[in-house]
Amino acid sequence: MKYPYIPHTEEDIREMLDFIGVSSIEDLFSGIPNSTRSSLNLPESQDEFTVFDQLKRISEKNVDLEEYSVFLGAGVYKRYVPSVVYDLAMKPEFLTAYTPYQAEVSQGTLQALFEYQTMICELTGMEVANASMYDGATALAEAVLMCFRLTKKEKVLVARSVHPEYREVLKTYLETRGFKMVEAEYDEAGRVVLEGIDDETAAVVVQYPNFFGVIEDLDYVRRRVQNTLIVVVVEPVSLAVLEPPGSFGADIVVGEGQSLGIPMWLGGYSLGIFATRERYVRQMPGRLIGETVDVEGNVSYTMILQTREQHIRRSKATSNICSNHAHAALIASVYLSVMGPEGLKEVAKRSYDAAHYLQEKLEEKGFRKKFSSDFFSEFVFKVPEDYPEKWKKMMKRKILGPLPLEKVYPELSGTALACATEVITEDDIERLLEAMG
Amino acid sequence: MKMKKYTRTHEWVEIEGKAATVGITNHAQEELGDVVYVDLPEVGKEVKKGDVVASIESVKAAADVYAPLSGKITEVNERLESEPELINKDAEGEGWIFKMEISGESELADLLDEQAYRKLCEQK
Repeated sequence: MKYPYIPHTEEDIREMLDFIGVSSIEDLFSGIPNSTRSSLNLPESQDEFTVFDQLKRISEKNVDLEEYSVFLGAGVYKRYVPSVVYDLAMKPEFLTAYTPYQAEVSQGTLQALFEYQTMICELTGMEVANASMYDGATALAEAVLMCFRLTKKEKVLVARSVHPEYREVLKTYLETRGFKMVEAEYDEAGRVVLEGIDDETAAVVVQYPNFFGVIEDLDYVRRRVQNTLIVVVVEPVSLAVLEPPGSFGADIVVGEGQSLGIPMWLGGYSLGIFATRERYVRQMPGRLIGETVDVEGNVSYTMILQTREQHIRRSKATSNICSNHAHAALIASVYLSVMGPEGLKEVAKRSYDAAHYLQEKLEEKGFRKKFSSDFFSEFVFKVPEDYPEKWKKMMKRKILGPLPLEKVYPELSGTALACATEVITEDDIERLLEAMG
Repeated sequence: MKMKKYTRTHEWVEIEGKAATVGITNHAQEELGDVVYVDLPEVGKEVKKGDVVASIESVKAAADVYAPLSGKITEVNERLESEPELINKDAEGEGWIFKMEISGESELADLLDEQAYRKLCEQK
């Protein structure tokens, strides 16, 4: 046998080729021009021991964040995840690529997703949540497209205090479709200023807490907005202590769910949260799991409202996202059930306290806070001109320092965005203060 | 003088002067299966013949309803919002979907009579 893992003998191969009337395996690829065939530049095959040794050496170039003091947030957070979460979520039964459209063989996965949806509704104060989307940025883009479908209008007002990368993704989604995106400025307090909402505006997008960590005044947003939909981007852990957007008349709530037990994983894969009001459910993208009873009256779970999806409505589907990040949603489901409402509140409170303590310490050293509003677990503060270089040097000392903002907000050059979560210790803070000089 | 006509896309239309009532045929509801939702058009909307004006979802499919003639939507069957199953029970009666004021009679010639529609269904 030429290839140890391919079961066909030379005779088998010969027989198959003769049957279809081709003289060699190579001939099967004759339709692909030579110029487009790539060898992938792979080295010659080697034994397992050597390959593992080489891969290990490559992987050692990565750093282990466990050894770092992390003061960088900006959408992805270092948090503590109880070990039971992965013991459960990484069970092989859950790691199949199987998609649960066949209810009779997927009750476990379907129930986990249903529970996830329920907990997201409780956290956001909304009525219905989908089974997840790719990440926070694409969830936002889908939410805005949904507002256009609901209102038949083509303009959206987005706060400049929304995560810059989310705004980039949104722009990519909207530009090619001819929709209009307008930015809303922020004031001295770091809060959104809503001007120019007219009859053409489909939706207003704010982030809560916003990219600067500032807790936006959603009551102000509600008062400014009359016949326009409100989309709120959230950080789910903060909702354990903040009043949920659902209480302020939000129409759609989206967010990045990485905080819910998912590792930082170089920025992905992650979890897109999407929740809305029941009256809009037919325009909601993504999968939705419902609870029902089987023929014997037992509680059971199934995908519902599938007529929104591509396999039924084809080109007229509500969205071309008819999949979800099921495993990420499962991790979140396990994490939330392990933490419980009180546990999550504890995580949020500790993050809030750590960040406020850090801010005080920086202030004592002369690093002034930039915005006057209260913040959750991130804040912007003023830094000297040489800070961006200093920031890079800190990494060598195993400190992932506060993010210099000049690249994403030119008007905020000379400032940085600091983050502290429940895993930050007094010692971490001491090390940072020393490195800041 | 009422007359009932049909389209190749399985709508029925009952016309009296300028007023027309539109629904989907009994044959169409059988093909669709149990109807669970009807997305109704807006009253006052101007439509052209062949425009998608409503959509019907069943447990296994989604189908669009096309305007059989050009004109203006004057009324929709609001009962369908809470009782979409009326379409299965009585597609060509209580399960009507919308009423419209037609803009002209020139398009009437394109519609099928009952005999021609039956023939069309038999061919499928």
